Amino acid sequence: MTPSQTKDRILETVGLRVTFGTGLLSTVAVDDVSFMIARGEAFGLIGESGCGKSTILRTIAGLVRSYDGALLFANKELPHKRDKEFFRKVQMVFQDPYGSLHPRKMVESVLAEPLAIHGFDNPRKRIDAVLEAVGLGPAFRFRYPHELSGGQRQRVAIARALVIEPEVLLLDEPTSALDVSVQAEILNLLKSLRRERHVTYFMVSHDLAVITHLCDRIAVMTEGRIIEEMTAADVRAGRAREPYTRTLLEASAGYVPAS
Amino acid sequence: MVEPLLQVDDLNISFHGGRGVTRAVRGISFAIGREKVGIVGESGSGKSQTGRAVLRLTPKGAEITAKTLAFDGIDLLAATEPQMRKIRGKRISMILQDPKFSLNPLMRVGQQIVEAYRVHTRAGKAEARDRAMAMLEAVNIRNPARVFELLPHEVSGGMGQRIMIAMMLILEPDLIIADEPTSALDVTVRRQVLTILDDLVSRRGAGLMFISHDLNLVAEFCDRVLVMYAGRILEDIPARELKHAQHPYTRALLDSLPRLDRPVEMLAVPLRDPAWLDGPTIRGSTS
Amino acid sequence: MAVIAIFAPLFATHDIYTQDLSIRLQKPSMTHWLGTDELGRDVHSRLLFGARITLYIAGLTAIIAAPLGLLVGTTAGYVGGWVDTVLMRIVDVFLAFPSLILALAFVAALGPGIENAIIAIALAAWPPIARLARAETLTIRKSDYIAAVRLQRASSFRIIFGHVMPMCISSVVVRVTLNMASIILTAAGLGFLGLGAQPPSPEWGAMLSSAREFVLTNGIIAAIPGTAILTVSLAFNLLGDGLRDMLDPRHG
Repeated sequence: MTPSQTKDRILETVGLRVTFGTGLLSTVAVDDVSFMIARGEAFGLIGESGCGKSTILRTIAGLVRSYDGALLFANKELPHKRDKEFFRKVQMVFQDPYGSLHPRKMVESVLAEPLAIHGFDNPRKRIDAVLEAVGLGPAFRFRYPHELSGGQRQRVAIARALVIEPEVLLLDEPTSALDVSVQAEILNLLKSLRRERHVTYFMVSHDLAVITHLCDRIAVMTEGRIIEEMTAADVRAGRAREPYTRTLLEASAGYVPAS
Repeated sequence: MVEPLLQVDDLNISFHGGRGVTRAVRGISFAIGREKVGIVGESGSGKSQTGRAVLRLTPKGAEITAKTLAFDGIDLLAATEPQMRKIRGKRISMILQDPKFSLNPLMRVGQQIVEAYRVHTRAGKAEARDRAMAMLEAVNIRNPARVFELLPHEVSGGMGQRIMIAMMLILEPDLIIADEPTSALDVTVRRQVLTILDDLVSRRGAGLMFISHDLNLVAEFCDRVLVMYAGRILEDIPARELKHAQHPYTRALLDSLPRLDRPVEMLAVPLRDPAWLDGPTIRGSTS
Repeated sequence: MAVIAIFAPLFATHDIYTQDLSIRLQKPSMTHWLGTDELGRDVHSRLLFGARITLYIAGLTAIIAAPLGLLVGTTAGYVGGWVDTVLMRIVDVFLAFPSLILALAFVAALGPGIENAIIAIALAAWPPIARLARAETLTIRKSDYIAAVRLQRASSFRIIFGHVMPMCISSVVVRVTLNMASIILTAAGLGFLGLGAQPPSPEWGAMLSSAREFVLTNGIIAAIPGTAILTVSLAFNLLGDGLRDMLDPRHG
């Protein structure tokens, strides 16, 4: 039974179109994109730089206000200016751990803020719990970002996103700025968190191996359009329909000497 | 047994900063002949500094010492700056990661190649231009006359990198140091660029030092792999034997990457053993 | 200098207001360390009390100008749109005038006196700070950590005050410190023209002005407040430079 047959769609885009610039200098970053994500699944979007995948993520997140087409959350269309409820249910982890934490704020403050904005009780307990969940202890509450390594910062960023218990987590290449060994830790963390908390993941990346490791279904994007959707099993077996997808799969399999 | 072009023995690179001495490279020894050698490590392992030390391009405040740092018999440590200038570009050249930052943004790309050529030879303008065109063709650029006139921001990443390669190889150096040459490129473009590099390096019989953080890439592209960690070389092994790597760090790096062909539930996370900091280098069999 | 200003009454050896015309214009001596001025008052004591006034003016100006400039600049930079345009045009109008002229204009409107002088100088000092804060805000606005807070549906108010301003504060502090010299000079200028602290207050600019007549015969009376103004301006400049080096993130 494919997700499209169940009615439990948590996120859906219909004919999404995002243009930047005006007149002669305008570029179409996202061109008539339609896809849907079922509740509880991990959906990946893969494409090379400039294909528009980050733009889609940011548009869903509400950071890009002007777009054409419709975005639906739990089968209801979202207004261009999102409300607080939306942000309680959908959160994002950014790519660059060195830029996504406020340099002058302690971890405690970073985690307490969303709790305060959304009126959660027991902030102290929740902060401790989420720090444990991402593999840092309560001792990290009083650290500043410059005292943390890249991997630790990314864990804090994940904690910040999860502390208000969202239903959907948007992930913008969460490990591409990290060292290989740290990447493994973070990917493991993301996998186990998803199992424990039943969160839906929407992840964007340019690394096919990473996305296949984490996601159940994968869409391939190029030049603003989604050209194919496949399952992780399809990718591993090399079952690609479109020529671009084939090229991508081959290239991701590694370098083969010409001789 | 390949004759070494570059011989490095007990190289140390230290930085004297406000907070004491940082030892970026701690006593490494290796040799590179007319072969492709990959130096793999994470950030902070010292791999980039090693590459720069060979060309004496380390930042100010870096102190380089070694028992031997010799290229084709020339002592690189003792060489004067004018002597180094003769070597850089002509006998040893360097390809950097991002053509956006390594090409002069104000000069047409063809002109930059021409300049690179004329700095070291006494060629006239016409001859240099012909040679530059020939190089652009050699890196598979289909319309060299048109590309010649472009500015760096008008070319794509992959093409920019190929132009870089053209510029660095026009003088037919004996040793090429490539510092993450494909890391800024898309995966589909990476292949093309590597194929060109491979071709040019083997045809000219040059040596290649390929610095990267991508172990799998280096394993497939290079003949030999040096694994660096915290300023030391932990393992020196022929690429085809990487599967049988012995050092736990190398094994951990191999196992911690998600692979399309070997799906796992949880990735192996390398545990860092402090013993590695000062341990010996495991040298695999040399052909 | 702050120490001296605060403890001026302890250092001053004579009452600054008592006039004794019999000992006017004396050279420095043991009883009067820096001599006496044209009305027989001890120059040294007046200098010290003048330091108090200068600091008072400088400090108050900074306290008014900096937050005002910070508020206007960050709001304009973050909110953008017509708010930005309107606020920046206002800033441009202020910036079109040299600061001394502007301060003069305000004092002319408000009347002479030390409080009015402070208001006038502050009004001339806040626009460059607003410009600076706005420039910083434009860069900060694009960062991921701001995006993350927007994703929590934080109000613009919370974002500007809680997130943007803390990042701007260090450059504003440095800028204000560097501008101190100019503020002090403007204050002295106003005092020189008789529009700042009124006599018999020992404000340095006023002292300089009244010493004008005697420059040829008794140069030291003019030289002393002049040197004081110079030294303090220099000191603030050096302080600002030092602060900037310290707070520069590259060194942090």
